[in-house]
Amino acid sequence: MAQRIDVKDLNIYYGDFLAVQDVSMSIEPRSVTAFIGPSGCGKSTFLRTLNRMHEVIPGARVEGTVEMEGVDLYGDDVDPVAVRRSIGMVFQRPNPFPTMSIRDNVLAGVKLNNRRMSKSDADDMVEQSLRGANLWNEVKDRLEKPGSGLSGGQQQRLCIARAIAVKPQVLLMDEPCSALDPISTLAIEDLIQELKKDYTIVIVTHNMQQAARVSDRTAFFNIAGTGKPGRLIEMNDTATIFSSPAEKATEDYVSGRFG
Amino acid sequence: MSATTETQGAATDRVRGMLTGADAGRRRTDRTMTVLVYVAFLAAITPLVSLIWTVVANGIERFGPDFLLFSMRGVFGGMDAGGAYHAIVGTLVITLSATVISVPIGIMTAIYLVEYGRGPLARAVTFFVDVMTGIPSIVAGLFAISLFGLIMGPGVRLGIIGAIALSVLMIPVVVRSSEEMLKLVPNELREASYALGVPKWLTIVKVVLRTSVAGLTTGVLLAIARVIGETAPLLVTVGVTDSINFNPFDGRMMTLPVFIYRQFQQGLVPCQPDDAACITDINYMRAWTAALTLILIVMLLNLLGRLVTKLFAPKLR
Repeated sequence: MAQRIDVKDLNIYYGDFLAVQDVSMSIEPRSVTAFIGPSGCGKSTFLRTLNRMHEVIPGARVEGTVEMEGVDLYGDDVDPVAVRRSIGMVFQRPNPFPTMSIRDNVLAGVKLNNRRMSKSDADDMVEQSLRGANLWNEVKDRLEKPGSGLSGGQQQRLCIARAIAVKPQVLLMDEPCSALDPISTLAIEDLIQELKKDYTIVIVTHNMQQAARVSDRTAFFNIAGTGKPGRLIEMNDTATIFSSPAEKATEDYVSGRFG
Repeated sequence: MSATTETQGAATDRVRGMLTGADAGRRRTDRTMTVLVYVAFLAAITPLVSLIWTVVANGIERFGPDFLLFSMRGVFGGMDAGGAYHAIVGTLVITLSATVISVPIGIMTAIYLVEYGRGPLARAVTFFVDVMTGIPSIVAGLFAISLFGLIMGPGVRLGIIGAIALSVLMIPVVVRSSEEMLKLVPNELREASYALGVPKWLTIVKVVLRTSVAGLTTGVLLAIARVIGETAPLLVTVGVTDSINFNPFDGRMMTLPVFIYRQFQQGLVPCQPDDAACITDINYMRAWTAALTLILIVMLLNLLGRLVTKLFAPKLR
């Protein structure tokens, strides 16, 4: 189910502006990879190129390759919609669909795609996904209530349930806890630990303790100055990055001396 | 101990002075502006209340099943008979046809402008929509009648021509309001949908339109209210008749605004002194009652819109 991703010499542009330069990395299956770095260094931009979500922004384009198990996601015959179906994404702010019930939110990937599904299959999928997101016990009695009536942390877990309901290979998370309180954050971090058994997970975070707690490998991005492109400075096992990084900039950042 | 109390008392006084005495000028401005706002509100509401009062007072007398269910066929002079059934039918048929033409065009234009449009084409569309907003209604009528005059020969009068004239007026209103409503849909929802592997067109249909349906309905109703009272374009395109006609593709139709204009134009009836059944100001009375009917139709439409809004608006709990 989980797949590995290899990025080679990736440059990301917004129009003429080079946002991220020359990134190469490997993302291992069944592991959690964390991206850390100061604001504006291109972590989120890079994350969004992994499932071609950056293309939603007019003028955004990439050079280089992103391969999932050897298949270039930017190949000519690759459908971006299919890429997003197999590489799911959870956003910074919880964004359940306000017109849908909790149940319909979980089924959104099916319903929005006009696919038919028997009621019992749908029920199974709702329960499985909500259990997978550790939300089932909290919402099982009010599945027909609107999703926007939940608390922020519950909404975010609902978004994770929605993302895993379409059975992706890889799950991208763009600062999934930055809008949440510490208890909800803990719930999501526990959830990430469980999800990594089945999925390849990539998480962007500003919280270095979080990166240290949840991730197996950590990539540090940095930016030389305003208007300059972001770069991947160093990527290694999380323990190495936080104890004995190879680069001075990484050490300064993880020890809180700048950024 | 007592020294502390004294100091504390002094501090309390100082803080009280700080929090209560300050900014007498600002509070005076606040009061003045409040009064001004209320005066402006009264000035705006007075003509409205007066208008509704006048229409109800003058129109209620003849308002009833007879007026709503009879046409003007065979009614002449000061007869105490006749109604606006044919005009109500005409107004509903023509406005409905205009809505059927303008709403798809208007909403699709708005979708283009919000979801796809970039560069010179989108700017040109926006510009021409703005220009269309300012077209005088009689010009729209002349446009429609000359268009059909080219195809079907001069002197043609059909309900559908009126509907096309009205949709020229309606489309820019629908585009404008729908554009604003679609822009209000948070981008996060579009991204959430894309991230689930939903193609763009399905995202637009099932997320963007679904989320904004309440606002879109309001916009369409405003556009209908804008054209349902149009007189001039209908006078030149649809003409006048005393008979009931349900078919917009066949012959002249009556509409409520034109009916009001016609009745008012005919004016007082010269009654014979011995004719007790003759009512001198029957035409004025019919005009007022038709006006009341028109206002009621618009009001009913708005209530319907409220209902739709309530049913489809995103719910929190």
